Parts: sequence; structure tokens; C-alpha cells
Amino acid sequence: MTEPLIFEISRPGRCAVKLPDLDVPPAELPENLARDELALPEVSEADVVRHYTRLSQMNYSVDTGFYPLGSCTMKYNPKINEEVSRLPGFVHLHPYQNEESVQGALLLIYYLQEFLKEIGGFAGVSLQPAAGAQGELTGVLMMRAYHLDRGDAARDVILVPDSAHGTNPASTSMSGLRVLEVPSDLRGNVDMGALEAACGEHGDRLVGLMLTNPNTLGLFEERVEEIAALVHDCGGLMYGDGANMNALLGIARPGDLGFDVLHYNLHKTFGTPHGGGGPGSGPVGAAPSLVDFLPGPVVAMDEEWSEESLPHFTFVSPQKSIGRVKAFYGHFGVMVRAYTYIRMLGADGLRRVA
Amino acid sequence: MPYIPHSDADRQAMLAAVGVQSIEELLADVPERVRFPDLNLPPALSEMEARWELESLARSNFAAADGPCFLGAGAYHHFVPAVVDAVLRRGEFYTAYTPYQPEVSQGTLQAIFEYQTMICALTGMAVSNASHYDGATAAAEAVITAVNVHRMKRRKVAISPWVHPEYRAVVRTYTQGMGLEIRDWEIGDQGLDDETACLVVQYPDFLGRIEDLRPLAEAAHAAGALLVVVADPIALGLLKPPGEFGADIVVGEGQGMGAGLNFGGPYLGFFATREEYVRRMAGRLVGQTVDVDGKRGFVLTLSTREQHIRREKATSNICTNQGLVALAAAVYMAALGRCGMRQVAELCYHRAHYARQRIREIDGFSVVDDGPFFNEFVVRCPCPVSEVNEYLLAEWGIICGYDLGRDYARLDGHMLLCVTEMNPREEIDMLVAALEEVAA
Repeated sequence: MTEPLIFEISRPGRCAVKLPDLDVPPAELPENLARDELALPEVSEADVVRHYTRLSQMNYSVDTGFYPLGSCTMKYNPKINEEVSRLPGFVHLHPYQNEESVQGALLLIYYLQEFLKEIGGFAGVSLQPAAGAQGELTGVLMMRAYHLDRGDAARDVILVPDSAHGTNPASTSMSGLRVLEVPSDLRGNVDMGALEAACGEHGDRLVGLMLTNPNTLGLFEERVEEIAALVHDCGGLMYGDGANMNALLGIARPGDLGFDVLHYNLHKTFGTPHGGGGPGSGPVGAAPSLVDFLPGPVVAMDEEWSEESLPHFTFVSPQKSIGRVKAFYGHFGVMVRAYTYIRMLGADGLRRVA
Repeated sequence: MPYIPHSDADRQAMLAAVGVQSIEELLADVPERVRFPDLNLPPALSEMEARWELESLARSNFAAADGPCFLGAGAYHHFVPAVVDAVLRRGEFYTAYTPYQPEVSQGTLQAIFEYQTMICALTGMAVSNASHYDGATAAAEAVITAVNVHRMKRRKVAISPWVHPEYRAVVRTYTQGMGLEIRDWEIGDQGLDDETACLVVQYPDFLGRIEDLRPLAEAAHAAGALLVVVADPIALGLLKPPGEFGADIVVGEGQGMGAGLNFGGPYLGFFATREEYVRRMAGRLVGQTVDVDGKRGFVLTLSTREQHIRREKATSNICTNQGLVALAAAVYMAALGRCGMRQVAELCYHRAHYARQRIREIDGFSVVDDGPFFNEFVVRCPCPVSEVNEYLLAEWGIICGYDLGRDYARLDGHMLLCVTEMNPREEIDMLVAALEEVAA
């Protein structure tokens, strides 16, 4: 099955959208700034619908069949999430509106932060990162900032197991740090002997270790607490890649296992669609030692619930924040879906999902 | 339990097949001390209750659908034709995985290939990638690309102060470990030298101004630096594309093309460049090829730049990008096409000029006349901008402008107003009447 390119079905004079007539006097446009030609297709509305419908039929997807893909957890995308994320009170909300006019959106962001803190065992969460890889970059920059803040400027090594996803080393080098690969043992876990040797040799240069748990082979790192102790003993931090967090929902909390910072993937673990390659969302959770370094702004409750009044929410920037990692506040439309997913499953439901 | 298909009998059969008695037995590797935490989450809701809760949250906001909106500053209230969401709602698109397996992803791949081609047409560049998270991260990746083009030998980055303040902040966040020197630069300033990797400007700039970019391209190129242009794709329906002015990398926020305001995301970063920089470019790229039978097909290409293969030597770490939002932009560009894109831009342009002329006539308000502009302009207010905004929202139900004093001390008391095709003449006249009331 093939489908012509949209340009190949173009016919001069067609347009799929009717726009209103100009209702004000026209203004002059400087000639040197006006474009001469725009080589976009000319198609009717029916052409557009048929073209993209036929293209969609060339895809395999969760809605058309079983998708047993490890690591990137492809789960069913509930239809209610699509409905509520399209409510006009969310879709038409401008990010720079007065805070008083967006309290419903701020409440949703605040409680999603709270839910993720509770599920992951962390002291703080920022929903700003746009996807897992950006969550990684965020986490690595936070670890770097933590050491610099303590005046520990010589640390520049990140340990990454050889089974890790390629984004781990790429995020590390984007942060200006060095990657040191740690081999796996015969069972696919981190080789403890090699880790001890690396910690011995590079201990005072160690920023941290990036660990995916369960790892890319699907195995729970059975010695994760010992690994964390080794890294912490030489002053390093534990970064958790939450790609496989789905398996831990209600089973164990990364914060309790010794991780200092972790990214979640709302599009893997919390039922939001993969969208054929995005948009995802990669919130980052932090232990007390790293909370001040989270990217901002995050949402805080500045007036609690009371009998007389509703709570009030406001944006704040963490004290020693690494800065913002994207414009505005993150993928709000994805947050609405994940919030709904968690509200419908509750604690028991999440554990049964895992 | 919603979304979980297995019955108890199914579970027993699966446990028997792997030879264990209970699910708990499979979790023996999890340290007992932390196993099975009691999660303190609110009780689960039915679908009906969840819908009510979300509807009540959405209703408690005052959104751009509830009254006229003249707020822009990087996020724009543009019209989204119904065909866009009709396509996005197809499960075959939105529930598909990222297109690693071309044989089951031809729909996504061809749509992204067409998206890339249309972005090239709009920007006047030779190659476009498959997307970035938003305009700000695309700008940061453009800076990193420029530094990589010079093989890390040039460490200075010059940025116009009239690039979106949040984009400049994201460039700083992204590059904080790279040892770069990032500073403000405007035409007339010295210091574009042989250590400068790139000059970054915005078109229209943060204040809405448009100018001939050729002198900037010449200044950058004379120093051997790249010109990075952050562009508004809606404006490009009418304006000369940055490629014609000599830009080396064109990035921007694609939200205006089919993605709603959505309180700031998900949006769409687009990224286009010259052919010679394609191997230094960040992100994914879809290319056209032929299969074993000679039929046309599409694949992710030049992935040796990417982290899957190059790991720590990759051109960037981006993996999941904005596939579905790029699809929305593709459908938007196709649906509006050659004529519609120009019509939308013209409506924005002419209505914004009408609004500025009307506001200029109000005693107490003045407009800052600073040459040609597209659909945003600066207004000096007789009182703090926050007071104007609060009054217009409370008394008129109007979402008014952006307070420029937030980012520029010298623009305290100045407001950035935005007019789009969503603001008919009656709304503009209403805005003028409301501002007259403030001035009185």
C-alpha cells in the first residue's frame, strides 16, 4: 500500500479552510519584507482527510493490536483522557494569564506533583521536562549543580552501565561531564566488582551513577541498595532512569531504594499516548538534598483548604534551580491525561497495573 | 478495574505457565524493607466522577475561549480547523509508537517527511528535522549545533536581547556545563569575532518588530559565525523567509500551526538548516528511500548522529520528540496551503495595525513606534500593566497584554499586545473602549 505525497495531490486554487474576510482597512507592508512565493500544497478538505486517513491505516498501533514492547512500555491510552484534555477551559488557556484566572490548572499541576512524589518516594517534583531524555539532562545538571554548590568542583565523572539506553551517555556529555561505562555481569545486573573498582579509582571525581531499574533486560537490580551505598559512600548521587517505572508502581518506591533523583515518563507509565514519537513528558523527582535544584517554576499551595475558602496556588522557582529547561511549565496537555489516569486507578489500581 | 483485561483465571494460568504460586513470589528480588508501600493517594474514581472533576477544574479557569484574548509573547491564540483534530484523534496515529520499525510506521514516517518538506518551504531552508520539544529547546539545540559546526573551537554565543526571555534562559540552562560565553548583542555592538560560534536573533522579535535580516547575516558571516533565526511560522505566511536573508539555522515555535494554547504545552519546536550542516544537526530526520521491490518508502535516516549509535558522542540527546504536534502542524499547513497561510498572516497583520492605530488615539496610552511590525506591538500605559490587566479581566472579560517590565527594567509600564485572526474588528473596538475607560 502506498499513498502519494500531499504535494502530488495538490491542484492550483484549492484550499481546505475558509477564513473570514478582512474587516479593517489594510495596512501597508514594506516591500523588502514581503515574500514572493510559498510552495505549500493546495488541497481540498476532503483531500486532506482522505490523505491522512490512508496514511494512518499504514501504521500499527496500540488501538489496532497487541504491542508487547519492553522498555518503552506501550500501554492502552484511555479514551476519557483524550476527552478531558480537550476541555475548552484547558485547551484555550494562555500560559501568561493572571494566576487568579488559572487556579483550576494550577490545582491540577500541584496535585500531579504530589501524586508523583508519593508514588516515587521523593520530596519534590518538577513537571517541566518534556520527555525522558530531557528529564535525564535535567537530573544530570541537578547533580552537577549540587556538587558545585558544595564547592566540590572537581567531580566530573558519571558512571553508566553498558546496558543503559543511549540517551544516558548523551545527556551526560551535554552536561559537560565524562561518561565511564560499567560492565554488566553474566546475569545482566551491574557487575559489583567492576563498580567497586570504578568507585575506588574515581571516587573523588564521581558525580553519580545513572541506573535504570528494572534495567533494560527487564531485571530488578537485586543489589540496588548495595550499589546506592557504594556510590553514596564516595560522595556520589544515584540517578534513576524511570523508563521502566511501570513495573514498580505500588511495588517499591525509587526514593526508598536510595535514588536521589529520577525521571518519570508519563507516556510510558501513566497511560498518556506515545503519539507516534511524542509529545511525552518527563517529570523529575528529587530527594530532600536535591529539591532546591529542580527546574522551575513549580506550583506551590500558598493558602490551604479551609472551611471558608478554597486553596490558592502560585508558581515558585526552587531556590538554587538549574533554571528552566523549556519555555512555560511543561506539557500541560499530557499532565491532564496522567492526572486523570492516576485519579481513576488510585493506589490499588496502580499496583495491579504493575 | 479499568484498563486491565486479565481475569483471576487468566492470572492463575500465567502463574502456572511460569511455575510460581503467586505474583509476590516474582517480586522476591525487591528488598523486603521497601516492598509494597502504602501509597497515600485519593480513592479511585469512576469514569463519570473523573469527568466531573476535570470538567469542574477546567470550568474554574477563565480561558481565551471565554472572552477576547490579546495576549501573545510566544504562545498564540490561532484558529485550529476541525480537520486537524479529526486527524489527530485517529488511534492509528496517536497510539502509535515512535517510528523505529519502518515496516509498521509508514503512515507516521510519510507524514513527518511531508512536515519536514513544508517546514523547508516556509523557512526557505534545505533540510528540516522531525521536531524538538518547543521553540526554546530548538533554539538551545541550534546554539549547540553551531558550536559543534565549529568543532567546539568557538565558545562565544551572541544573542539579541529581543529573543524571547525564556528562550535565552533555556539556552543558558542547556549549555551551563559546556563552558560557553553567552552575551547580549545588538546591531551596532562590537565583538562578533573569530571566537563567536553564532548570532541568535528573533523574527519578528519579542516586541513584534520585523526588519531586513541581511545586515545581521552579513555581520555574522563576516566573523565566520552562523546566523540562527528564531521565527514565527504564522508570520512566514506573509514575510520573506529567513533562508532568503542568508540564515544558517532557522528554528521556532510551531504551536500556532494547529496546537492550542494548552497552558504552555505540548508545543512544537521546528528546526531547519542548510544541507551542509545536516550531519551536525540535532534530532531525528525522516528520509525517502525505495524498498526491495523498488517501491517508495520512508525511514529514519542519518541516525549515526543520534544517541542510539553514537552514545556520548551524539549531536544531542533528544529521543521522544513532538511527533503528534508535528503531525498537527503538517495537517494545518496542508489544509491552509499556499493561499490560506498567507490569508491568516494578512488578517493578523492588518488587524494588529488597525488596533495599534486606534490605541494610539487614546489619551493616556501611547504606542512605541519602532519601525515595521507583524502582529504584536508595545503600548505605554498610564498605570502599572498589572492594574490594566486586572481591570480589563474583571470589568470587560478581556485577557489583555504581556507585562514587559517582568523581563526588561527599561520597559516598566509597557505592555505587549497581540492581535490575531481570532480578534475581529468588534473585539478590537471593545479593547479600545476598555482602555479608554482605564485612561479616563
